[in-house]
Amino acid sequence: MPKVILFNGPFDPYAELKKVEAALVVQHGLGQYGATTSFVGTMRDFNEGDDVSAMFLEHYPGMTEKALETICTQAMNDYPILDCLILHRVGDIKPNDSIVLVAAWSAHRGAAFDASRMLIEKLKTDAPFWKKETLKEGARWVEKNTKG
Amino acid sequence: MSIKVLFFASLRDTLGRAGDEIDVAGIDTVADVWAAVADGEAMPSNLLMAINQDYVKADASVQNNDEVAFFPPVTGG
Repeated sequence: MPKVILFNGPFDPYAELKKVEAALVVQHGLGQYGATTSFVGTMRDFNEGDDVSAMFLEHYPGMTEKALETICTQAMNDYPILDCLILHRVGDIKPNDSIVLVAAWSAHRGAAFDASRMLIEKLKTDAPFWKKETLKEGARWVEKNTKG
Repeated sequence: MSIKVLFFASLRDTLGRAGDEIDVAGIDTVADVWAAVADGEAMPSNLLMAINQDYVKADASVQNNDEVAFFPPVTGG
């Protein structure tokens, strides 16, 4: 089952990945996937040439989860994957904290790579999250995504 | 007979409030909702909007009890 989780505090993306893999084996049995791809986004301490000491990640409770579930469902429909996962942080974040994880499992590597790329790119354009950075001079909203 | 309106992120800061409750009378579309709440501000060309937590365009019809949200481009991930 595709899974979406928002975290209000720090999370370990690799521990979460392992938990979902264990559940996949329970659900589908051993040996059902040959490829796992994951992407982890981490908070930098710089952006647009400025030092960033912290960040607030706002979201739209309800719509954010709904948008992420729609993205997962689309990935399951568009690629031959066994399952997918989206984890995302909200609230106050410090540099080096994990912000996001997307992952996909499939029989062969192509579908898992393609689905993971689609998951993160769609998340970037469709999921209602907004970053506010804390700088030395004060705080500013991030106005647009940087090119991947 | 009302519509719940929500603002997020920099738009909430610009308008100085997180939302409004407006009367549905005279409101047909999301653009009408914007005109009723935006203190005379023109609708930004990159503004995103949703009815009941689904993305819509400005000409989408609004019904009584709908939740209408306006927000700037998203920057998650």
